[in-house]
Amino acid sequence: MKDLISITDLSIEELQELIDTAEDIIENPDKYSDKCKRKKLATLFFEPSTRTRLSFEAAMLELGGNVIGFSEASSSSASKGESVADTALTISCYADIIAMRHPKEGAPLVAAMAASIPVINAGDGGHNHPTQTLTDLLTIYREKGRLNNLKIGFCGDLKFGRTVHSLISAMSRYEGNSFVLISPEELKIPGYIKKDVLVKNDIPYKETDNWDDMPELDILYMTRVQRERFFNEADYLRLRDVFILTMDKLSCAKEDLCIMHPLPRVNEIERAVDGDKRACYFKQVLYGKYIRMALILKLLGIE
Amino acid sequence: MTIDSIINGIVLDHIKVGKSMEIYRVLELSKLACSVAIIKNVSSKKEGQKDIIKIDSLIDINLDVLGYIDPGITVNIVKDGKIVEKRKLSLPDMVTGVIKCKNPRCITSVEQELPQVFRLTDREKGVYRCVYCEAKAKTEA
Repeated sequence: MKDLISITDLSIEELQELIDTAEDIIENPDKYSDKCKRKKLATLFFEPSTRTRLSFEAAMLELGGNVIGFSEASSSSASKGESVADTALTISCYADIIAMRHPKEGAPLVAAMAASIPVINAGDGGHNHPTQTLTDLLTIYREKGRLNNLKIGFCGDLKFGRTVHSLISAMSRYEGNSFVLISPEELKIPGYIKKDVLVKNDIPYKETDNWDDMPELDILYMTRVQRERFFNEADYLRLRDVFILTMDKLSCAKEDLCIMHPLPRVNEIERAVDGDKRACYFKQVLYGKYIRMALILKLLGIE
Repeated sequence: MTIDSIINGIVLDHIKVGKSMEIYRVLELSKLACSVAIIKNVSSKKEGQKDIIKIDSLIDINLDVLGYIDPGITVNIVKDGKIVEKRKLSLPDMVTGVIKCKNPRCITSVEQELPQVFRLTDREKGVYRCVYCEAKAKTEA
C-alpha cells in the first residue's frame, strides 16, 4: 500500500496492524522517537484545519522527523493556478510523505496518482477523512478492548457528518455490531448508507429521535450540527439544540460507556460531562496522534 | 429499404432502439471517410425493434464505450463478405472520457484537464461512480 485515500483501502488485517503499532507506540514511546530521523512530512492544507494538521505534525515530530508545508491555499501555488498533480510532483522532490487536505473531493487521489511519495488523505471536502476513522477505531479498541459485538449510538447530524458515515462503514465490517441512530428527522442518516452498508450487510440498526436506548449503548458518538450546512440560520439554531448530552441523560447509561466526539464541539455535550470518566473525546484526540504515527511508519515502510 | 452488404467492415447489431445516433456521436463515426449506414427501427424477432449501424471499414472500435452505452449490442466483424467474428459486449469495469462528473464538489470541476474516469461499482444495477469523488454517474454518454 503506497497511499491512504479511503478507509476502505485498508483490509481488516492492515487496520489491526496499525492499531497494534499504535498501541506499541503508546507503551514504548522512546522506541519510536528516532524512527523518522531525516524524513520530512509535507502537510499540504488547501483549506485550514488546525486540529488535523497539528495532529499530523505532532505525530511526525514525535517520530523524530521534520515537517514542511502550508496551512491554506492562499499561501500555496494553487493560488497561482497550479494543478494538484503538479503540486504533488513538486513536493515529491522535497519531502518523503504528504498529508493533504483539500476542499475538492478526490484531490488527494489526484495527488497520489502523480506523486512518487506516499499521500495521506487528511480530508477531501465532505468525502473521505480516513485518519479520523482510524482515530475512532483506535479509541474504541483502547477503551473497549475490541471492535466487535458493540452497540454504538450515533447522535446529532447523521446526514452530513462524514465521520459518522465512515465509522458506520468501518464498524460494519466487524461481527456482532449494531447501531442506534439518534437524530432529528431533518438530519437522519442518508438512504444510501442504510441501503449500501446496513441493509446490504444485514446489520441491525434503529433510527430514533429520543434517548431511550441510552442504557444499552457501549459507545455514544456525538457530532456537531454544522452551521455551514444550513442556508437558514433559524433552522441551524433549532436543530443544534435538539440533542444536548447532559449528566442527567447519562444517569441511566452504562458505567463503562465510551462517549466520543470528532471535535470541535459547540454545545452538544455540556461542559459538566467532561469530568465524567466516560468522556473519551479528548483521549480520542491523543489517540489520533498515535494512529497517525503508526500510519506514517507503515507508509514509509519503517518497522 | 435496401442497404448494400459490406465486404470488409463492422456491423453493430441489436442496438437498443434510439441509441444509434448516440453511438454514432460517441464513436465519432462522422469523422470516417468510408460509408456508414445508420438503420433505425429495424424489425427484430428478439427485441421487436432494434437499430443497426454498418461501417464499411475495419476500424478500431472502443468496445468499453460501446459496452457502457448498450451492453446488449453484438459486434460483427465482416471479412470478404462473411461474418468472421461475433463479439458480445458487457459493462466495462472502467470508462474514460465518456461520462462527465456532475458533482460540483469534485476535483474535476476545477481541474478540467483531468481525465473523466468512472468505475463500475454495481454490475447488477449498472452503477458507475466517479473514481475521484465517487459520485454516481447521473446521465448516460
